[in-house]
Amino acid sequence: SQAAWCELPARVLLVLTSQRGVQMYEADGSTLVFWHALDVPEHVGAYCMFARGIAAAGGRFICVGTSSGAVLVFDVPPKGTNVILSEVLEQHRDPITDIAAEQGQAPDGAGDLVTADDFGTLCLWKTGEEFTLLEKIPGSGYTCSSVTLWNGIVAAGYGNGQIQLWEAGTGQLCAQVSAHARWIYALDLAPLTGKLLSGAEDSFVHVWKLSRNPDTDDVEIQHCHAECVTDTQVCGARFCDPAGDTFAVTGYDLSEILCYGPA
Amino acid sequence: MSMRTLPLLFLNLGGEMLYILDQRLRAQSIPGEKARKDEWTDVDRKRVMNDIISTMFNQKFLEELFKPQELYSKKALRTVYDRLAHASIMRLNQASMDKLYDLMTMAFKYQVLLCPRPRDILLVTFNHLDAIKDFIYESPGILNQVDETFRRLMETYNCLSDGEFQLIRQTLLIFFQDMHIRVSIFLKDKVQNSNGRFVLPISGPVPWGTEVPGLIRMFNHKGVEVKRTEFTTAGNYVTPQREGSFELYGDRVLKLGTNMYSVSRPVETHMAGSSKNLASHAKENIIPNPLAKEELNFLARLLGGLDTHRPSGETGFRLNLFTTDEEEEHAAQTRPEELSYKVINIEATQ
Repeated sequence: SQAAWCELPARVLLVLTSQRGVQMYEADGSTLVFWHALDVPEHVGAYCMFARGIAAAGGRFICVGTSSGAVLVFDVPPKGTNVILSEVLEQHRDPITDIAAEQGQAPDGAGDLVTADDFGTLCLWKTGEEFTLLEKIPGSGYTCSSVTLWNGIVAAGYGNGQIQLWEAGTGQLCAQVSAHARWIYALDLAPLTGKLLSGAEDSFVHVWKLSRNPDTDDVEIQHCHAECVTDTQVCGARFCDPAGDTFAVTGYDLSEILCYGPA
Repeated sequence: MSMRTLPLLFLNLGGEMLYILDQRLRAQSIPGEKARKDEWTDVDRKRVMNDIISTMFNQKFLEELFKPQELYSKKALRTVYDRLAHASIMRLNQASMDKLYDLMTMAFKYQVLLCPRPRDILLVTFNHLDAIKDFIYESPGILNQVDETFRRLMETYNCLSDGEFQLIRQTLLIFFQDMHIRVSIFLKDKVQNSNGRFVLPISGPVPWGTEVPGLIRMFNHKGVEVKRTEFTTAGNYVTPQREGSFELYGDRVLKLGTNMYSVSRPVETHMAGSSKNLASHAKENIIPNPLAKEELNFLARLLGGLDTHRPSGETGFRLNLFTTDEEEEHAAQTRPEELSYKVINIEATQ
């Protein structure tokens, strides 16, 4: 199950995904605004159907991924409960792992939404009345567990510990980082500075900085900081502010949320 | 959650159970000629191992097990192992059975947690099965059953993706969440901390398919590498030498799931202070389980397939997981309420 706040211009909704489907609540959790049950296929495979990956996009949509590879696009009205399923995107053949919307300014021609799956395939979309597929980056079998999109740069974390940066406009690989020794669980981006946070099962949390070379416009990444959460497999990591000066970490068997900030 | 978790959970826990029973039986056995009527011999030990293993790998039972389904509660699973442990002339008191189950679950929790890749859970399972084959190599009939199970495992799991294996791993970790029973063999080997948490090493070989952390490579618009930098951390990783084998026979490379017990190392568990969250454990026992009826049905189906040989007229031999009878008695009386398994009694005859 997952939970995410989806910030749209007119309202904020709390979206929950589970085996049953998708539920959307008012931001304070008081009212159930909408509920979408997942269609269960006739043959049950290695897993039951589930929804995974949540993002608000295009100023009016909430996108949710499913274990069949389909991405559900919900059109959300500024108020009220008249949420409708406006489109089902069917480009992925493997279960969706994560979805991210552009958090900065998309360059011309670049998509404003990225979807990722178990095989590592990434799809770049232009949101709208009808979503358009702009780029499809084929995976190589390593699960892309987490993805972010900022200023036309896709940052993807993989199950084999790699972080890869891709050019959203062209689908070109810009950088490859041997970042972690185990499965990356979480990536987060601070839109004011381009700082990237990665958390993995190897107990490490790293802070990176994304930028563009002013002369060549090439994407660059540098390592800023490392934290080792002793004897803990990090399951969640998020910046607590848009500049990325503080971040919070959660882990397996950990009943606390650890917060890190400047000394 | 994954619906393919139960066979892996059952077989690995079963494997750990056999390691522990084998060690205890060896520690308490008497050479054949010297044994009195009420003492264990080597022959008895082999018989017990054979009986339990052949029950565990019963065809009908495994068929039920391999059907895609959710994991049931710890209580339900514990009942299956109770039945399994009593599949022979051996008897265990409640306290010993509790301790056995604690050891089994903490050992497998450790193995799942430390698996380098999600798919290495399969190698851990194969390690257990390899060892089980060693226990019964003299019985071709049972050996065949185990090989059949090997093939069924390969058929079911070898084709699953990393993502599917990670889902299985997550399902298992949720099952084991908040269990922090301290095991003396783990504490001595510095594999577990005194607070019950396992030590996660930040050195050693990286998983197969992962690069040693440190390198950053940057490419230009044409895809040509233009810059290379490095970063360092407290970790001290090296490249792995080779990948473990997923075939019927082969070097698994991974040590997780191999037998860590030997006759000379008695294994104790520590109850006191092991559950910090008393409130959450107490809740588990009070709130009625909505799945209770489903669980009972599941158990009835599963146990219905367990063909237990209980020779009539023969009295059982009691195995003690503790060093003395007094210790066992004391453990029974002092076991914290929130850690009691409250075994379900099921009559599942056909």
